[in-house]
Amino acid sequence: MKIALHRLAHTRTGDKGDVSMISVIAYRPQDYPFLAQELTPALVAAHFSALALTKIERFELPALGALNFVLHGALRGGVTRSLALDAHGKTLGHVLLALELEVEDS
Amino acid sequence: MTGGRHPGRIRIGCGAGFSGDRIEPAVELAVHGELDYLVFECLAERTIALAQRARHANPAAGSDPLLSARMRAVLGTCAEQGVRIITNMGAANPRAAAAQVADIARGLGLRGLKIAAITGDDVLEAVMAGNPPLIGLAGRVEDLGRDRIVSANAYLGAAPITRALANGAQIVITGRMADPALFLGPLVHEFGWAWDDWTRLGRGTLVGHLLECAGQVTGGYFADPGFKDVADLARLGFPFADVTLDGGCHVSKVTGSGGLVDVRTCTEQLLYEIGDPAAYLTPDVTADFSGVGFVADGPDRVLVTGGGGRPAPQDLKVSVGYLDGYVGEGQISYAGPNAVARGRLALAIVAERLKLTGAAVDDLRSELIGVDAFYAAAAEAHGQVPEVRARVAGRGKTMSAAEQIGAEVESLYTNGPAGGGGATRSAAPVMAIASVLIPRTAVSPRIHWVTA
Repeated sequence: MKIALHRLAHTRTGDKGDVSMISVIAYRPQDYPFLAQELTPALVAAHFSALALTKIERFELPALGALNFVLHGALRGGVTRSLALDAHGKTLGHVLLALELEVEDS
Repeated sequence: MTGGRHPGRIRIGCGAGFSGDRIEPAVELAVHGELDYLVFECLAERTIALAQRARHANPAAGSDPLLSARMRAVLGTCAEQGVRIITNMGAANPRAAAAQVADIARGLGLRGLKIAAITGDDVLEAVMAGNPPLIGLAGRVEDLGRDRIVSANAYLGAAPITRALANGAQIVITGRMADPALFLGPLVHEFGWAWDDWTRLGRGTLVGHLLECAGQVTGGYFADPGFKDVADLARLGFPFADVTLDGGCHVSKVTGSGGLVDVRTCTEQLLYEIGDPAAYLTPDVTADFSGVGFVADGPDRVLVTGGGGRPAPQDLKVSVGYLDGYVGEGQISYAGPNAVARGRLALAIVAERLKLTGAAVDDLRSELIGVDAFYAAAAEAHGQVPEVRARVAGRGKTMSAAEQIGAEVESLYTNGPAGGGGATRSAAPVMAIASVLIPRTAVSPRIHWVTA
């Protein structure tokens, strides 16, 4: 069965130039290993395929139950040049929470 | 040892996290926070370039538009309680800002207040002469176009703030400075940390990073109803940190204020706008947040553990502001049955019109927005999208080309699909920002004094 990331984690999104940073923080520490295994950079990049990312990095913070994704080229030139309604990309973190992850039936 | 109001610790509050931030929470902090320092962080990437243009037009202008309102609101209380104020509201004109604050102080009957203005972040001349390569963009500074460049400001470190405080400043006003440095400066002054004590500089930078967006660590930008509930956001309290000699701290807020400080709000803010948590670059230190932990320690009070640092980068980052064409935009809404189809037709018409008329527009963006702005409950009942708002934005080579985008959207009233309503349009020049590096040696911060 599938579970929405929104039920497992919360996010906050920031930006620097043309880079969007999205933290994904597990509500429960015991869910972190599952998130670390399943929420791969490739999966996140595929979820944001419309953004034409040039590079994606993921930093792991197990003590905080958090993953920090750094999406390069996400903001069409950055807040000062973008034509998007949300030029900062502030809404991207919650768009990420719509992602569904496969969990084993128990 | 510290000269603060609380034995063994310094209490530093944040009264603004951006230039348009609420003012009452800062007053609440000043009155009830028992602070040693109140910091206002008000300078976004682009703000200083816009302020620089204002200063070109009027030599007394170029500081933060809310400087006067904020200072009138807190100056009396801060002077009375001995709370020192640090802010980057000087923007493109810290000296004029200091003079303005002195006037306000005198108007409030406050005499003898020592105000320090810090300059030296304006490095336009050095950047034009050095023509360094752009970061993340092809080419060098000159490729942006000499006549289009408006400003170049280096991110200064905390040292001039520390120096100003050591010389008795009660108010310190800066222009471009690394945001956490506004907090690190007073901590170095109070605790006497060495400028190569990387661990403590890293921790002091962590304090600044957690506080610098004000309400974002006290429950602002956090609520997600049913998942992360926050009480009383309309009366959100702003944060303070109680910092100790080793650079450790507690984060909290004034009792009775709205909002929430817990491990989750602190974790979100720790990771806000950072790349590699082990290498957060500032002019003062390469801070390491990778080992930071949070422990709940009472209601709305969190203990921050860990954090460290390594030597600071050799070069300073500079934001170069330059004019980059014009952006025009128009919006119009369609509601009721078949709204999506009419919205898409509208977008197609505008794109074709701009082509037909040869408008000097490129990089056109077209989209549909909408849920419940147009009484469209009836359509929703039929299982259709109730309404859409068609939005077209594009880059124009000239202002008139940019204006044409909104004009084409507006003309959909009588020339487009049936039932368009609520059209809006705008056009404006684009102030873009590019980043370059400059050697530290090319930057010399200065302190100017004004006494009220």
